[in-house]
Amino acid sequence: MSVPQTISSHTISVLVDNEPGILARVVGLFSGRGYNIESLTVAETDAKENLSRITIVTAGTPMVIEQIKAQLDRLVPVHKVRDLTVEGPHIERELALVKVKGTGDKRVEALRLADVFRAKVIDAKRDSFVFEVTGASDKVQTFIGLMEGLGLVDVGRTGIVAMSRGGEPL
Amino acid sequence: MTAEESATTGADLLVKALIDEEVEVVFGYPGGAVLPIYDSLFKQNRLRHILVRHEQAAVHAAEGYARSTGKVGVVLVTSGPGATNAVTGLTDALMDSVPVVCLTGQVPTHLIGNDAFQEADTTGITRPCTKHNYLVKSVGDLARIVHEAFYVARSGRPGPVVIDLPKDVLMNKHDYVAPKKPVQHKSYRPQVKPEAKKVEQAIALIAGAKRPVFYCGGGVVNSGPKASRLLTQLVRLTGYPITNTLMGLGTFPASDKQFLGMLGMHGTYEANLAMYHCDVLINIGARFDDRITGKLAEFSPKSKKIHVDIDPSSINKNVHVDLPIVGDAGHVLEDMIRVWKAKQPRVDHKALKAWWAEIDKWRARNCLAYKTDNETIKPQYALERLYHHIKDRDHYITTEVGQHQMWAAQFLKFEQPNRWMTSGGLGTMGYGFPAAMGVQIAHPDALVIDVAGEASIMMNIQELSTVAQYRLPVKIFILNNQYMGMVRQWQELLHGGRYSESYMESLPDFVKLAEAFGAVGLRCHEPAKLDDTIKEMIAIRKPVIADILVDKAENCFPMIPSGAAHYDMLLGPDDRAAKPVSEEGMVLV
Ligand SMILES: Cc1cc2nc3c(=O)[nH]c(=O)nc-3n(C[C@H](O)[C@H](O)[C@H](O)COP(=O)(O)OP(=O)(O)OC[C@H]3O[C@@H](n4cnc5c(N)ncnc54)[C@H](O)[C@@H]3O)c2cc1C
Ligand SMILES: Cc1ncc(C[n+]2csc(CCOP(=O)(O)OP(=O)(O)O)c2C)c(N)n1
Ligand SMILES: [Mg+2]
Repeated sequence: MSVPQTISSHTISVLVDNEPGILARVVGLFSGRGYNIESLTVAETDAKENLSRITIVTAGTPMVIEQIKAQLDRLVPVHKVRDLTVEGPHIERELALVKVKGTGDKRVEALRLADVFRAKVIDAKRDSFVFEVTGASDKVQTFIGLMEGLGLVDVGRTGIVAMSRGGEPL
Repeated sequence: MTAEESATTGADLLVKALIDEEVEVVFGYPGGAVLPIYDSLFKQNRLRHILVRHEQAAVHAAEGYARSTGKVGVVLVTSGPGATNAVTGLTDALMDSVPVVCLTGQVPTHLIGNDAFQEADTTGITRPCTKHNYLVKSVGDLARIVHEAFYVARSGRPGPVVIDLPKDVLMNKHDYVAPKKPVQHKSYRPQVKPEAKKVEQAIALIAGAKRPVFYCGGGVVNSGPKASRLLTQLVRLTGYPITNTLMGLGTFPASDKQFLGMLGMHGTYEANLAMYHCDVLINIGARFDDRITGKLAEFSPKSKKIHVDIDPSSINKNVHVDLPIVGDAGHVLEDMIRVWKAKQPRVDHKALKAWWAEIDKWRARNCLAYKTDNETIKPQYALERLYHHIKDRDHYITTEVGQHQMWAAQFLKFEQPNRWMTSGGLGTMGYGFPAAMGVQIAHPDALVIDVAGEASIMMNIQELSTVAQYRLPVKIFILNNQYMGMVRQWQELLHGGRYSESYMESLPDFVKLAEAFGAVGLRCHEPAKLDDTIKEMIAIRKPVIADILVDKAENCFPMIPSGAAHYDMLLGPDDRAAKPVSEEGMVLV
């Protein structure tokens, strides 16, 4: 049987026990088997049950993506693996902190664009701003791109968190 | 009694937990970090400890024990070098799906991360080479983790589990927690029962086949002896041909007419051609390893493929299949037989007859034939004679890695599972001897033979001291070709006969070596005396090294060179000129 060889990007949510070493297990799996990680986020999401949620954006052929999911699922502390990209509509968000240094016109323009992108000013000095911008990754990327000409000095990005639309849990 | 008095030290809890897990024997080596455990072992007589001479051997011994009994093998080693020495064994057990629990000592929790004496990041080092591992941080968690570790090691696709035990945890006190049965793990729940619909689809596909072949592997062994009985039953019900992987040998009786022998790189002509030409491929518990598939693009190109495997990650990993069935081989086979009997399908007798006729033509090539010789012992001949003398005895075979391993797979016949232990996935030289010790511990009265190469045996030769101590009558049957034969064969076929570093200089006198350890050494270089040597070896109730000097230049055929397709098989020494190895093939191992 022939299978398509096209590479596509997938956003995968993984529910895991929040225990020491779990992130190393997941990351080690990706590096050890040569899968790529485009983005990875992790934090505890259920303190009572001691669960964390890992969101991974990865790319591969359909066979590789299936393999990645099966490999994740067989890690002992993994409860659930969901491929949001194939399991119906979902939302992705990323947050970035963007530091811009400058005065005069550039400073005014940065502020104006921040407004367009609904970025918040969370630190302001006479010659600098730190903006907080949230949205889909391409929006965040576009905003950062625009700031490049306006005195961009520093960027911090969270990576993507994602969730399916509608009332169902993971 | 106060709670404090009723509480037990971590080390005692550990021993109690092992006993509750029905452990009978532990293979280990002591050191500072595990002294409390050795103290607990000293004070009891339920658990037997076997002192090996190298931690790698402890793991292989546990593997041999596990694979020949179906139980979990248990290893105990100290921190730092004890743990790092165990890594090869753990990787071996992971690759071959062998259930092992390995207890490693660790520096006390407050010193972890300080580069303390004999500290190693054991959980970090063993994460990629275990099915799972644990660092026990509090004595309160110890008993629960031990029970969980045994469950993880033996259930689903079996594998090695490490429990890292800081010394303070072993010395602190706590109450015991008994194992819960049946175990309900909160996240790890392998799927054992197959979907009924898929089993029905599989039977329909199998029944409609014109050129079918069963391809069955180690997963059937992992499932337990019942699975092999069921497999045999199903294969006989259908009348279809079957081939086994290296790891699956013994799951179907080798003497049966329906058996085509092993497939793959050194498999038989008939098995590989059946794989190439079949229209329905029924894979039960095998993982489409590259030693099997050869060139992927030309692997069994005309077949519909059914794949039964307990591990979803084995499915569609290398080869895309049409009908995947996740479940335990034994359960799936049971369901398949039930559906087959209920449906009483009518198979295509005419097509099957033609298929068997074709297979018989391939068989007639007699691909395992070799040129006999009155002067030198051919390794194949040595194994044929060995088999002749052991076949009516209760016997177990282990191997090292190399040509001798492949010849053993080709020339010894396995009628039952759990009788054949070999390092397939990792291909670890030095596996066979310690594995044989583990087998012998589990089956004290059986004949246990390590079919060895003179190079491999040197890798864990120190274990002669262990077999001497415990009076384990393990037989080491060395097919001594004075070469790393498998390496020499590749150099001959792929590197213009430049035998770079593959000649075994300065080999020891194996007879004297055996004697130095209180074992018996035998040597034979004449075909005429071979039978006597084998008989003598078998008769001696002590460890024996039989140093069989064989033809140095013999190569192992058939052979599918790396990267070639099944029909591109080299059948013998005269066959190779016609089939040069491609550049693509050269980069493969
Ligand atoms: C020098 C050398 C040469 C070799 N040449 C060959 C060769 O010519 N031919 C050959 O066959 N091999 C050869 N091998 C061995 C080869 O490398 C592989 O180890 C072997 O082919 C794998 O066997 P397997 O597919 O049965 O899988 P195993 O490694 O035994 O894996 C078992 C599979 O079954 C699954 N499983 C486990 N438990 C269950 C269960 N309860 N129910 C269902 N499924 C289960 C597992 O998930 C896994 O997918 C060679 C090795 C060496 C060292
Ligand atoms: C630990 C380890 N190192 C290296 C190898 C590579 N290797 C595979 S077979 C082989 C030669 C084995 O020689 P011997 O034990 O004499 O067996 P023969 O092939 O001669 O039968 C080597 C070096 C290996 N499999 N394992
Ligand atoms: Mg040799």
